[in-house]
Amino acid sequence: MPVEVYFNVAASGLLTGLVYGLMALGLSVIFGVVRVVNFAHGEMMTLAMYLTLVLFGALKLDPLILLVPIAAVMFAFGYLLQAGLINPFINRPEHSQFMLLVALALILVNVQLIIFGPDAKGIRTAYSFDSFQMGKIIVDASKVYAAGAALVVAAALFAFFKYTLLGKAIRACADNYDGARVVGLNVKHLYALTFGLGAACVGAAGAMLMVVADVTPAIGPAYTLLAFVIVITGGLGSMPGALLGGLLIGATEALGGVLFTPSAKSMFAFALLVLVLLFRPQGILGRKAA
Amino acid sequence: MTQRINRRQFNQALAAAGAATALSPFGIVRAQSARLKVGLLLPRSGVQAGIGQDCHRVVQITSGILSDLGLPGLEIMNGDTESNVDVSRSRAERLISEGAQLLVGAFDSGQTTAIAQVAEQRGIPLVINIAAAPPITEQGYKFVFRNFPTAPMILGDAFGNQLEVFAATGVAPKTVVFMHVNDTFGQAMQKGFTGVMTKFPAIPYKVADVIAYDPAARDLSVEVAKAKATGAEALVMVSRLNDAILITRELVKQRWTPSAVLSMGPGWYEDQYLKTLEKLGDGPLSFVPWYDPNKKLAQQLLAAHGKAFPDISLNTNHVYTFEALLVAADAFKRAGSSNPKALADAIRATDIKGNVSPGPGIQFNAKGQNDKLKNSAIQNRGGKLVTVAPKDAANARPELPMRPYDKR
Repeated sequence: MPVEVYFNVAASGLLTGLVYGLMALGLSVIFGVVRVVNFAHGEMMTLAMYLTLVLFGALKLDPLILLVPIAAVMFAFGYLLQAGLINPFINRPEHSQFMLLVALALILVNVQLIIFGPDAKGIRTAYSFDSFQMGKIIVDASKVYAAGAALVVAAALFAFFKYTLLGKAIRACADNYDGARVVGLNVKHLYALTFGLGAACVGAAGAMLMVVADVTPAIGPAYTLLAFVIVITGGLGSMPGALLGGLLIGATEALGGVLFTPSAKSMFAFALLVLVLLFRPQGILGRKAA
Repeated sequence: MTQRINRRQFNQALAAAGAATALSPFGIVRAQSARLKVGLLLPRSGVQAGIGQDCHRVVQITSGILSDLGLPGLEIMNGDTESNVDVSRSRAERLISEGAQLLVGAFDSGQTTAIAQVAEQRGIPLVINIAAAPPITEQGYKFVFRNFPTAPMILGDAFGNQLEVFAATGVAPKTVVFMHVNDTFGQAMQKGFTGVMTKFPAIPYKVADVIAYDPAARDLSVEVAKAKATGAEALVMVSRLNDAILITRELVKQRWTPSAVLSMGPGWYEDQYLKTLEKLGDGPLSFVPWYDPNKKLAQQLLAAHGKAFPDISLNTNHVYTFEALLVAADAFKRAGSSNPKALADAIRATDIKGNVSPGPGIQFNAKGQNDKLKNSAIQNRGGKLVTVAPKDAANARPELPMRPYDKR
């Protein structure tokens, strides 16, 4: 097989992996601070994708522009969800949190099914079928734009946590819950903000993903699983780890598919996950539990 | 003027009423007047929900056509298989427990296999609308009937129709890549492909590679890159709707227009494919179980369907779900009873000449398979579908090679 095929496929996998990484970043942020595993993550992603579909139909704006209002809407959704529904479950057993979020996921899937129906829906932008050619290497233009946007959003999130007072306060909550309360931080509010930020990441990722993929209500659980594979590989709670995990899973799936058989793409992603769990259980960039 | 009833007439009426009451629990008197309870099992949610709901559309227009044909009405009891084999089995059990006297379904081979086991165990006839895996009618079942071609039948006709298309256009690819969805249907087609192809030595192409892919894939760029790298001239596809759209998008993005896309499954001719891709959807040929536009019942179904669903084209899902219900109503009429064994015997003796699909009509062999079905070749042209082979069921001439995607 010509060598450029491997470069084509690897580039495609890395670009898609960046968008997946942004989606998983939201999961990692939420778990890293609130210590709640969001089992409705993929379903929130499909919600964002449908929002993009509706707004694109109404406003005819590019999804990469729409990602700003969609991230804002998803932030509000995440904030209210945490403040109103999840906060009472914070100190309850983990299985209660699990059931709550699985129930939320089921509700989201079925509401989407009722409103949008079961058929796959996509959008067509001016660059939907464009590609860049460099010599023999052809790269999908939509994936390049989506991956670029994912990098910008991730950089903004990193900057928020590193350089803003609010970001530092949230990190303080994550590092030392009691200490944060002792110094007078409103932990419940900060938890809700964090969940909102995680949801905003998912919103942005959903808008970007609409550029490269179609949406169906049934695909939500697959995205939830993918997000878990990525964050566990990269390190649960680690923000750079989520992005790294996305890149690794994207490239592994793509190259595994071309080197062996495409129908076993997911198998290679799970094989990577098993290897990480065997040799570095905390994930590649994760921290060992104290 | 008032009529008086004498003692003899009163006694006769009383005796008739008594006999009717005594016989009615056995269904002897009620059978023809009551409607047959048909458990219609379709994947109306889950991955295949769109297809299941598409199949179900035809139910809304079936009763009117059956009535026009002088056939009894059917009482449809809906069961959602949720695109899941285990759920299919439990839904079939439940429908039978709730009184279903005959089952119809279930689009997917895996789900239909599970339902067939239940139907046979419970002794309730199953008329399969769509399912191509050959083993379903190879188990020696007595209550399972299929008016849909098996994978080898689809493939055999596909090769025959391809030869007709290649001869008509003068375009015959030398190499192809065979890409198939990795589910029960796709695997059955893949297994049959090589075996059936050997029976058609005139087929001009060699298979450069076989690529299987996940039916729930979100991205098929790797698969298309791998297919393109083989240097094959054409694509042979066994796919579903979403993957057909994904593959076409990748063909455009990866700047590869095969000389032909030869599809042996759903997806490439479906309305959503045509609407989503617009002019980029033109060109693929689908070798599928279809309808014969020249048959009277097909025209009647087309008219009723066009009136009820003006934005949706009549397709395989509608035609074969309709024909399964037609078989049920016809058997019920001839059996004169809803007794499952009598129904099964009546279905076995089915001989419907004026049907919708191509071929001589609906008859079942000893295994319960309609082995006389014929398939068609249809082509996407200008956002519409035309039948290009076989000649006696065609309404247009085929066009190959496909127009390059960047020149549309």
